[in-house]
Amino acid sequence: MTMSEPAADKTDEASPAATEATISTPGDDPILAVESLQKRFGGITAVDGATFTVDRGSITGLIGPNGAGKSTTFNCITGVNTPDGGRVVFDGTDITGRSTDWIATRGLVRTFQIARELPAMTVLENMLLAPTDQRGESLWRSVLPGARDAVVDQEEQLRERAWETLEFFEIDHLAEEKAGTLSGGQRKLLELARALLTDPDLLLLDEPMAGVNPSLETKLLDRIHTLQDDGYSFLLVEHDMDLIMEHCERVIVLHQGAVLDAGDPAAVKANEDVIEAYLGGEV
Amino acid sequence: MSANAGADDGETPNGGDSPEQPRWRSDLQTLVGLLVATYVGFGLLGLFTGVRPNSIAGFLQTVTFFAGVFALLTLAVNLHWGYTGLFNIGVAGFMGVGVYTMAVLTAAPTASPAGFGLPTFVGVIGGTIAAGLVGVVIALPALRVRADYFAIITLGFSEIVRLGVTSGALRQIELGGRVYGTGGGGGIGYQPVSSVVPWALELPGVSAVGDGLYAAAAFLGLSASIVDRVLYALVIIGFVLLFYLLLERIAHSPFGRVLKAIREDETAARSLGKNTRRAKLTVFALGAALMGLAGILWIGSRSLATPSSFVPVVTFYIFVALIIGGSGSNTGSVVGAFVFAAFLWEGPRFVRTILRRSLDLASPPTVVDAVGHLAALNPLPLFGYVVDSLDVLRWVAIGVLLVVLMVRRPEGLYGARTDIAAATDLSVRPTRGDDDE
Repeated sequence: MTMSEPAADKTDEASPAATEATISTPGDDPILAVESLQKRFGGITAVDGATFTVDRGSITGLIGPNGAGKSTTFNCITGVNTPDGGRVVFDGTDITGRSTDWIATRGLVRTFQIARELPAMTVLENMLLAPTDQRGESLWRSVLPGARDAVVDQEEQLRERAWETLEFFEIDHLAEEKAGTLSGGQRKLLELARALLTDPDLLLLDEPMAGVNPSLETKLLDRIHTLQDDGYSFLLVEHDMDLIMEHCERVIVLHQGAVLDAGDPAAVKANEDVIEAYLGGEV
Repeated sequence: MSANAGADDGETPNGGDSPEQPRWRSDLQTLVGLLVATYVGFGLLGLFTGVRPNSIAGFLQTVTFFAGVFALLTLAVNLHWGYTGLFNIGVAGFMGVGVYTMAVLTAAPTASPAGFGLPTFVGVIGGTIAAGLVGVVIALPALRVRADYFAIITLGFSEIVRLGVTSGALRQIELGGRVYGTGGGGGIGYQPVSSVVPWALELPGVSAVGDGLYAAAAFLGLSASIVDRVLYALVIIGFVLLFYLLLERIAHSPFGRVLKAIREDETAARSLGKNTRRAKLTVFALGAALMGLAGILWIGSRSLATPSSFVPVVTFYIFVALIIGGSGSNTGSVVGAFVFAAFLWEGPRFVRTILRRSLDLASPPTVVDAVGHLAALNPLPLFGYVVDSLDVLRWVAIGVLLVVLMVRRPEGLYGARTDIAAATDLSVRPTRGDDDE
């Protein structure tokens, strides 16, 4: 793997406790901690006191029936919506109410339920948009002749990483296509590939398998596990119970805006309340 | 260590001398071809119908001048709308801020209303900066609202500028014994920026060239003022080139990539860590400053600025030019501006003048009278009526053109092109195995 290794530089900053962390439930070294999160839309309370953590280096699943508040929780964590109450702590920093872009540059990046590729831009343009701290994103450095050389140098390096990441996801043959012409599954791959170029520590994936065909799904899951080995953490919303049970170390069940249960997939699956809420008590 | 990188290892076939010529060269050929064809066409038309050379030159200069100033404005609008998706319909307002600032800075202290009597170049720079700063002030609240409300705010701003300079409150402002102000509906006078041309031709080293040009023009039957006007049109073309290069540079940069992403899906751009608010603010201020400068080069070349020069329909013209050329393309912006100026703005007037002088057409007062003659199988009165109303009918033509474009070719002449927003050629793939050193 030639992917970048975010874990290497992050462990330096982590507390000494990090080295002793065990991958049980819940870990002592959460990369993300959500405390009593609240979000109301008019008279509806979409998120009502949700509290949970995501362990560093884990793949954690967030499940719940329709309307449980999964997407709103995602939106509150990533700053798309401003929470009405509670706290979101990412990697030791309080990010509650911060803007989406500020949060993303600090290493918490999300994908969307319906892939948000930039349709009129090519796959490569989509990819090159992602890296943070690009010198050329300042108008003056992009325009002034003297500063332009450094912009070009940096972009040549990023271009190399973009191609490598596209190869990793096996969509390099689509590199010069307009992103809008890709199939639904390819767009999901592109979105994940693009998110990786921001050098995230935690990736929030909103239904990454929705609309993806089975062979592509296997490929996508395989990549996610490889990335986990490289030190990335994942929180994913998913409807497919079997998939969650098979691939997540921990599962958080959201019901009516609050956490109903959290823990080992097998234990969660056996919880009567979860079966009641999630499956309407029919199984 | 080889000094010239790229040419040392012969392992990759170098694409530097590819037979395929760069796009800007074919664009330039198209543009020059269009210009020459238009000039020769109108020139020959004028010559064969007995129009004096001085009038033909005057007409061609007018076409070039308007094509130039429209191109400046269209390029600036393209930066806002074509690249970033900011629907700014307050172009006239930013022009007004630029021109009025320039006027107040450069008008003579003894004039009425008085100015500060600063040199023209100070006025040009000051007006440009003022338009940019006003852009920031407008953008700070306006960029918080949704796109359609944003458009309404910019239109409102443009009307506030126009009505503001008209209002009695700003007409006369007494300050230290002098009466400054905007002059209300009467406007404010100043030294036109185009006066740099005769001024430059008087300079010690240049005066010989100037005299030569005037003499050559006189030989061709052209007046000295035509020479000055043609030279000023060339100055405008120089600015078009500068605007074009600046915008192309932005388009092919990471900054331009962020702008494009904002246009496509701002939420996606934000979730990738892009500070879209700052980028929008920067680009809005830059575009506003360019609009101010374009206004100064256009309206500032007259000796008087009045509020009627900044009516909202001016903004509409610029959008028509952009739609013809193709939103999102800088080349399209220039071509669209030229087509608009030559064939929709000035061309019909020229044709009308020719038709009027070469044919003795009766012009019935109303369309009913004109059509009435058709019953007697006499189409000439209708033709005369059409020629007479050409000034108005060109707006009908613009409307028809817009409808046809929207149905047949909504992307305009050049809008469908793919322009990769990057400072480098992204298609260059890293070569495997070369990484080991």
